[in-house]
Amino acid sequence: MTDPAPETQERPASLARHPARIVTRPVMRFQERIYLIEVWHGLVITSRHFFVNLWRHTRRAIGLVARAGAVTIQYPDDPAVVAKRGRTRHRLMKREDGTPRCVACMMCETVCPAKCIKIVAEESPDVMIEKRAKIFDIDMGLCVFCGYCVEACPEDAIRMDTGQVEMSSFNRQDMVWNMQELLGNKKKDPAANVPRL
Amino acid sequence: MKTVKFTINGKPVEAKENSLVIDAAREAGIEVPHYCYHPALGNPGVCRLCMVEVEGMPKLQVSCRLPAKEGMVVRSNSGPARTAQAASLEFHLANHPLDCPVCDQAGECYLQDYYMRFGGYTSTMREDKVHKHKRLDIGPNVMLDSERCILCTRCVRFLDKVTKTSELGIFNRGSRSELLPYPGMSVDNPYSGNITDICPVGALTDKNFRFKVRVWYLDRTPSICTGCARGCSVEVHTNTKRPWHTDGKRVARLLPRHNPEVNDYWICDEGRYGFDYIDAPTRLKAISVMENDKLRGLTWDETVAALPAELSALCAEKGSSGLAVVLSGTLSNEDLFAARLLFVDTLKAGHLLVKTGPDQEGEEDALLRRKEKVPNLRGAQALGFGGRIQESSWGNILDGITSGKIWGLYVVDRDPSAVWGEKANGALSRLRFSAYQGVNVTHFADSARWVLPSCAYVEESGTFANFQGHVQKAKAALQPLGDARPDWMIWGAFVRALGGSFPFDSARGIFTHLTETESEFKGLRWDGLGKDGVKLAGSREPQTAGAA
Ligand code: SF4
Ligand code: SF4
Ligand code: SF4
Ligand code: SF4
Ligand code: FES
Repeated sequence: MTDPAPETQERPASLARHPARIVTRPVMRFQERIYLIEVWHGLVITSRHFFVNLWRHTRRAIGLVARAGAVTIQYPDDPAVVAKRGRTRHRLMKREDGTPRCVACMMCETVCPAKCIKIVAEESPDVMIEKRAKIFDIDMGLCVFCGYCVEACPEDAIRMDTGQVEMSSFNRQDMVWNMQELLGNKKKDPAANVPRL
Repeated sequence: MKTVKFTINGKPVEAKENSLVIDAAREAGIEVPHYCYHPALGNPGVCRLCMVEVEGMPKLQVSCRLPAKEGMVVRSNSGPARTAQAASLEFHLANHPLDCPVCDQAGECYLQDYYMRFGGYTSTMREDKVHKHKRLDIGPNVMLDSERCILCTRCVRFLDKVTKTSELGIFNRGSRSELLPYPGMSVDNPYSGNITDICPVGALTDKNFRFKVRVWYLDRTPSICTGCARGCSVEVHTNTKRPWHTDGKRVARLLPRHNPEVNDYWICDEGRYGFDYIDAPTRLKAISVMENDKLRGLTWDETVAALPAELSALCAEKGSSGLAVVLSGTLSNEDLFAARLLFVDTLKAGHLLVKTGPDQEGEEDALLRRKEKVPNLRGAQALGFGGRIQESSWGNILDGITSGKIWGLYVVDRDPSAVWGEKANGALSRLRFSAYQGVNVTHFADSARWVLPSCAYVEESGTFANFQGHVQKAKAALQPLGDARPDWMIWGAFVRALGGSFPFDSARGIFTHLTETESEFKGLRWDGLGKDGVKLAGSREPQTAGAA
């Protein structure tokens, strides 16, 4: 009855150019520009952390009850530790037959405070499902990882439980994950839009 | 008729004797929940939702069939009334599918609204729901989902009473009752779109709007339909914040707006779906001029410096009687005023044409549709076109061009080749001056020397007078596309370039000027047009003439 979601996504012209947000950086004051004062501030902070943690570790080592000192994880050599309930990169869920669960109701798009979800709906071939997403994009560069989209979804079609927090790319366009990538049907290429020399 | 006084929810109200309590309540600002009652379609009393408690009556009453009587004490929010309303709602939802995520009605659905307002119960149904037809294509514009239907019979009554085509009926009995088209029939009458508006739930949805955009993303602007001389009141629903939903098209749909003077609750399908041109790829967005067989782009400043000068030089050289101007009834009163100032008073053009020809005429019927497919012929008449200002005809203009008497042709929003056909192409190439000003590219625009983009009516406020002389305001719902400018602004700039005076910077200013100088517009006010509009002086009933 159902057929899998289309492999190739047709994009309307209005989506072709993804709007970039312009960020104005604060202007540096004199104190920051002469550099040495700020370097001194930095060293004070680092040393404070060093001595506080040395003190805590020492007290624990000799058997006194004390707050645990900070532990350094050698990220990225060691993997990042993410809590089980942590909100991480989204994924779109599938039905048993492999079709996307999403019915393009736009609840997530509506609730999203960062306005980073873009959905275009279409007719589903299955009359009992009726509606499905033709385009489903999440711009991870804008997402604030609030998890509202997961809360809003009436179909359990979107979850934030992949444990993946690394989503860097070389430009803004590559921060946008499309439906096939979110469904796990296609591996995200972090440099799809980098011009190759 | 006698008026009676009674109270609803403790609020004293006054109403005509024997008028319906539900109407009196609405006028007093109290909405009694209801599905089947519609002021234009009667009150069969089938939905049992509008229950109210009346003191002295042992049982609850349906307020849509309850005549108002002196001294009645009605309560729509008392405990028993609320319980009855919630129970009726639960009954309606007993077999209703959980379709809201995929239902286009969501957001403007009376099942959702009433459930949130006073339903709010937990379902007590254990039985399986009765399943009916889904996604049933019942006509060119309407999609039926009979599972979602609450059997209020509004659509059946609309098709029986208003269009008198009777395509839909309710079949079977009990919980298996189902709304379906009669065998072999399809809802294809010219007013079929209206049943999607009056359906209080998502059973009948508009195919043209289906799955495009959620209704809460839309902005709503009161306007009029410019599809024919009736000028029905509509609401323009635009989607500009999330353009990807409608593929960049800014107008998402037109819905009728209740106006007892013009269109009651309805509009025809031609008007309802006739908005595609506004965002079509054929929209003109830039000025161009043909120079030595090459197209050149221009800014408005350059155009205002060049075009009027070229026109007036030609008028001086060859005589202004050889200039023909084809205007259109699609122009607002403000546009036509500026046109009159430029072409009649300043340039003194020899041929002027506003009235419709075969290019702007179509089907008509007794309900709403008019033969003339433009909204403002009466306004043009009020401004003197066809009266004080003599009108030419398509035939005269073609003869003039062929015989060489006419050297210039300025066409606004119309296509001469739709009237003259291919035979005119040779003649048109003999023109010294040709200009097309309009919203969309036409055949004529391809051959014209000047092409100027103008705003569609949803991009600029303006007033239009329908065939009954009813003046209504269409408010701007969108920004102009590209370089398009309102017609009055273009012609005003030309008048100024030719040394005339045009002290207006808004449609409102022009309209106020009209009400001071034009006899037919005397007594009207821009803000006084309200949402229903006001009649022109010459079209008022004798007893009300002068009252305004
Ligand atoms: S996590 Fe929040 S910001 Fe990110 S897509 Fe979901 S709703 Fe939007
Ligand atoms: S809320 Fe869920 S079902 Fe609805 S559009 Fe978002 S992912 Fe799809
Ligand atoms: S008709 Fe209303 S309640 Fe029923 S599915 Fe549609 S939106 Fe939901
Ligand atoms: S389709 Fe809509 S208007 Fe017609 S009977 Fe059903 S609920 Fe009423
Ligand atoms: S509105 Fe009164 S019974 Fe339906």
